[in-house]
Amino acid sequence: MSLRIVVTVKYVPDATGDRHFADDLTVDRDGVDGLLSELDEYAVEQALRIAEAADAAEVTVLTIGPEDAKDALRKALSMGADKAVHVEDEELHGTDAIGTSLVLAKAIEKAGYDLVISGMASTDGAMGVVPALLAERLGVPQATLLSEVSVEDGTVKGRRDGDAASERLQARLPAVVSVTDQSGEARYPSFKGIMAAKKKPVESWDLADLEIDTEEVGLGGASTTVEAAAERPARAAGTIVRDEGEGGKQLAEFLASQKFI
Amino acid sequence: MAEVLVYVDHVDGAVRKPTLELLTLARRIGEPVAVALGGGAADTAATLAEHGTVKVLTHDAAEYAEYLVVPKVDALQVAYERVSPAAVLVPSSAEGKEIAARLALRIGSGIITDAIDLEAGDEGPVATQSVFAASFVTKSRVSKGTPVITVKPNSAAVEAAPAAGTVEALAVSFSEKATGTKITGRTARESTGRPELTEAAIVLSGGRGVGGAENFALIETLADSLGAAVGASRAAVDAGWYPHTNQVGQTGKSVSPQLYIASGISGAIQHRAGMQTSKTIVAINKDAEAPIFDLVDYGVVGDLFEVVPQLTEEIKARKG
Repeated sequence: MSLRIVVTVKYVPDATGDRHFADDLTVDRDGVDGLLSELDEYAVEQALRIAEAADAAEVTVLTIGPEDAKDALRKALSMGADKAVHVEDEELHGTDAIGTSLVLAKAIEKAGYDLVISGMASTDGAMGVVPALLAERLGVPQATLLSEVSVEDGTVKGRRDGDAASERLQARLPAVVSVTDQSGEARYPSFKGIMAAKKKPVESWDLADLEIDTEEVGLGGASTTVEAAAERPARAAGTIVRDEGEGGKQLAEFLASQKFI
Repeated sequence: MAEVLVYVDHVDGAVRKPTLELLTLARRIGEPVAVALGGGAADTAATLAEHGTVKVLTHDAAEYAEYLVVPKVDALQVAYERVSPAAVLVPSSAEGKEIAARLALRIGSGIITDAIDLEAGDEGPVATQSVFAASFVTKSRVSKGTPVITVKPNSAAVEAAPAAGTVEALAVSFSEKATGTKITGRTARESTGRPELTEAAIVLSGGRGVGGAENFALIETLADSLGAAVGASRAAVDAGWYPHTNQVGQTGKSVSPQLYIASGISGAIQHRAGMQTSKTIVAINKDAEAPIFDLVDYGVVGDLFEVVPQLTEEIKARKG
């Protein structure tokens, strides 16, 4: 039987751009270019490698977001994913992590899955909790933050590098996995891949398709409220000296004046 | 007074510093009740009591070390149901965030992660967060259920505040899901003898300008003269010069020490995301145009192979 892999990806504002908040204190997605979150490229890459190593496999990429989010799906398809699902609904604007995990979980169940692969975190919200929330919602094992991952005989194995120790993990499928940026360099889409992606199927689902109440998502359904957002005040210009043989000593003098020595 | 549940991060009974910082913040909201799990759990009580904990709920079972995350969620949920706290606070480690998120979902609450400050508010605790690579500061609160909040290391001072710290055993029966992900092996990281990166008061990082793995010895020697932790930029880690566990930046650790010294690091957004909230920032870089100099309190434009050894010598001389 074919191994069904669903990769969750996010379309995020470019981290090297000038990111801001909109008037309703959600992330401003209009003022800056978007792209497939860099950390999700590692998830797509591992999904493709696992699929290539399997007898038969199908990789579906899944995203939630406005029309532009299709760009993230196209990128993943051009890397080699087989098909895509785009969950789009006006009511989703302002959905928080808990709500996002609900929508993703419903979509993953509807798509059908043996293995879910996510990136370690998004590069905008950067909470890093969605994979754990998905495992909780789907009621399947969580093997997260893996720097090395493989699937064999219905079991996923991997290495999770923590601060105190490096752990080897093992779980039966179906399972939710997240991978770090140490898991392996993501491939660049080939010209052939880019052309092929144009013909691959992209399904669009809305909240009704997923049987989700609008009250459970969006800004209204969010279980957290952002009350204020302010740009961090620019740091006061510091002292900059050019080393002319005494740079180390001058720096020591500064550190002593600040009581660090 | 309302009780606040605090999840204890400890190693065989030795409480890690971020948990003590959490107790300082917890006391602003209510009376801290701690939850300590696994080997040595009961040994945490004395330290926790010194820092304001009125009650320590403990439980030990093999499952905590043998299976990933879920056994701890089960236990924290039992503690939550027993205490009915005003808030649940968890240290913002990778594991801490996963435990907190799954608990929040189970109890129908919202979750805030990576808070850098916490204060009591009329409608519940207000969390300060640093977002978009630390270019913005937000104030948020949980508007549904009991607030579940994870807090980053170095967000508050550790304060002595003696309290009872009564130890009570927690009765936990694990859910079927608790044994889903087995930990089949564990390799402890070799101790460097230096402070933990996220907890250190002083952090020294090296980047592309360090030029090779062997040259990190320069940074380490300077770090040891200051009792500092050592970090590295993504460029240095990707080049294989320093371990990924020491990476400072968006995909590595986020640090907020009293003093951060960047050597040979240009200061790309990826790096700034992980260190911009440091109190005092110092940089040594031979490129006067490097963006890192926009952040510094003190910068030296020069060759780090000249400046760093001279600084190390000077510090040693001053410390006598």
